Amino acid sequence: MLEIKNLHARIAEDETEILRGIDLTIKAGEVHAIMGPNGSGKSTLSYILAGKDDYEVTEGEILFNGENMLDMEPDERAAAGMFLAFQYPIEIPGVATMEFLKTAMNAQRKARGEDALSIPEFMKRVKEQASYLNVSMDMLKRPLNVGFSGGEKKRAEILQMSLLEPKLCVLDETDSGLDIDALRIVSEGVNKLRSPERAMVVITHYQRLLDHIVPDVVHVLSKGRIVKTGDKDLALELEKNGYADYVNAA
Amino acid sequence: MNVTAPIAHTQGETDLIARFDAVRDTLAGSVSVGGLRSAALEQIKLKGLPHRRVEEYKYSDLRAFLKFAAPLAAAADRSATEAALGAADTFGDLDRYKLVIANGSFVAELSDVAALEAEGVSVSDFAAALGGDMGAALLANPKTAPKDGVLALNTAFVQGGIVLTVKDGAEVSKPVEVIQVAASEGAQVTRCRVLVGEGANLRLLETFVGETGSGEVNAVFDYQIGDKATLAATRLIVGASAAPRLFTTIATLGDEALFKSLGFVAGPEFVRNQQFVSFAGENSDAKIYGVSMARGKGLADQTLIVDHSVPHCNSREYFKTVLDDQARGVYQGRINVALHAQKTDGEMMTQALLLSEEAEMANKPELEIFADDVICAHGATSGQIDEDLLFYLRARGIPEAEARTLLVLAFLSEAIEEYDEEYVTEGLVSRVRDWLAKKS
Ligand SMILES: Nc1ncnc2c1ncn2[C@@H]1O[C@H](COP(=O)(O)OP(=O)(O)O)[C@@H](O)[C@H]1O
Ligand SMILES: [Mg+2]
Repeated sequence: MLEIKNLHARIAEDETEILRGIDLTIKAGEVHAIMGPNGSGKSTLSYILAGKDDYEVTEGEILFNGENMLDMEPDERAAAGMFLAFQYPIEIPGVATMEFLKTAMNAQRKARGEDALSIPEFMKRVKEQASYLNVSMDMLKRPLNVGFSGGEKKRAEILQMSLLEPKLCVLDETDSGLDIDALRIVSEGVNKLRSPERAMVVITHYQRLLDHIVPDVVHVLSKGRIVKTGDKDLALELEKNGYADYVNAA
Repeated sequence: MNVTAPIAHTQGETDLIARFDAVRDTLAGSVSVGGLRSAALEQIKLKGLPHRRVEEYKYSDLRAFLKFAAPLAAAADRSATEAALGAADTFGDLDRYKLVIANGSFVAELSDVAALEAEGVSVSDFAAALGGDMGAALLANPKTAPKDGVLALNTAFVQGGIVLTVKDGAEVSKPVEVIQVAASEGAQVTRCRVLVGEGANLRLLETFVGETGSGEVNAVFDYQIGDKATLAATRLIVGASAAPRLFTTIATLGDEALFKSLGFVAGPEFVRNQQFVSFAGENSDAKIYGVSMARGKGLADQTLIVDHSVPHCNSREYFKTVLDDQARGVYQGRINVALHAQKTDGEMMTQALLLSEEAEMANKPELEIFADDVICAHGATSGQIDEDLLFYLRARGIPEAEARTLLVLAFLSEAIEEYDEEYVTEGLVSRVRDWLAKKS
């Protein structure tokens, strides 16, 4: 599904190198966790996958289902099945959440040559997923993310993910700012989307999310490189011993 | 001794002076009205049209823009008026009353006079009223703009308009559209006087349709809002026009009154929408909104003065401007708070979104406060579309052009939503959409 080969990237503005040769292969059906200390480049990697142009890829390539992802616009990537749940979902004043959801779903359907959803069908899907994720209708009536609490924003991201049914889900610190109940709700929402056709990259700083979303593979990212790869036990080890060993290794 | 050297007249000014000589004997009004007209023209003769060295017109140089002046529109032909009305699409199928002004004169036969009468609203011809004892009083300037050049032009040439009086306590069931029609080319100069009686409620829609050629449109709306009365006035200044569109609001509020207005500007090359609001009674509210769009070399100027001369009044000003190409936007807003106008609450915000490198916004919010126990704030922003917002939408699959449209729409909608006159919301939002869709 996703092949990242020797990816080097820097900040476009000041040419600071952030990613320094990442190799990562993820197959359909797999869930990979990426862990690492603050500033190691986790969000940068997720932004590059989504197509943010603040970053410049200087070396390497990314293949998404065999296609060169770096040649695609952000919206083309989304329509092809890429989804990023942002670490900091941004507030968009004036854009009603419902209107946004409908526009996004139909834009992706159009790009894939599918018909627009009827209003009743759209409403049915939204209501179903919203109730599952404990997202109130009142929240949906507000402008997108405006005045949402930290937890509400994260739930709204997962709601979008559930509605857009992507092939590749990248979750950037979806657990941060969630209390234990919200963490459970969000994890269940994510787990429900696990399927043999879908791959997931779960970025997190802490191990606790991985108790709920159990990964197949765990990677440690430090200073822009993957310095260790293991199974879910690696996360437990990190929880106990911290990142110090790996940071020094990088 | 202070001797003012006569200015060298531009072609536009020369045309206006000739226009006045040609029509002065045919214009409506009593002898004293005639005196006011002559004095107003003298002002233009002496000082010229408002230009960039006049502080209030610093960014909107009417003198430079008005290269020449067309004659006043001739009396409207009935079938041409009906054709122009038939082609008009102002507020779609919104259920409303209509009052028609064609080529500057009230057309009672095409207006819902009887139906409004039944609702407690009397409507009469402004031109006729100018001939009465009260004629000259109808042309009074606001005290915050005694020598305004656009008002002087209006006084000199005003052809007609409407006097509309809402009886005390009348709640007019439908919005009332004052629709001005160009049945043929030429300048149109109108004035409407609106009296909203105690406790009455009126929703006005002010529109202009048709082609005036090179003739300017100069329209004044003078509202007297009685105690406990409410007036909401939505003004559309739209359509492609190369001639100036000059609109003035004068509003005076009684006790516990509410005045809301929204000036919607999209299309004409030179728009000046100026508003002079003053509180005559306490515990009243003014909520003034502006939504402007301009592209090409267009100018959209929203200017206002809110005068708090009595205590305990609130005013809210919220203006949004979107500019593309080499367009220019102007916001000049001033809140005056007099020494004894304690407990005034004024909050003014102007925000501009620039869609091109060459677009320019002049944002000038001002507070002039002499009282000490007041809450007043103002803010101004001007910037491009936020790239992070754009990226978020694109990352959800929304193509760039559509995402930009969505963000501009969202930006302008905030003022339309806050204005909160829900019968116009959808129509205004779809006008914004249409404007955005026209981007070549
Ligand atoms: N747009 C940017 N401008 C400047 N510095 C950035 C930008 N994006 C990331 N960085 C820097 O790159 C490094 C990696 O950041 P990030 O990818 O957010 O790390 P993580 O998500 O692992 O905490 C940090 O030092 C951060 O300050
Ligand atoms: Mg991060």
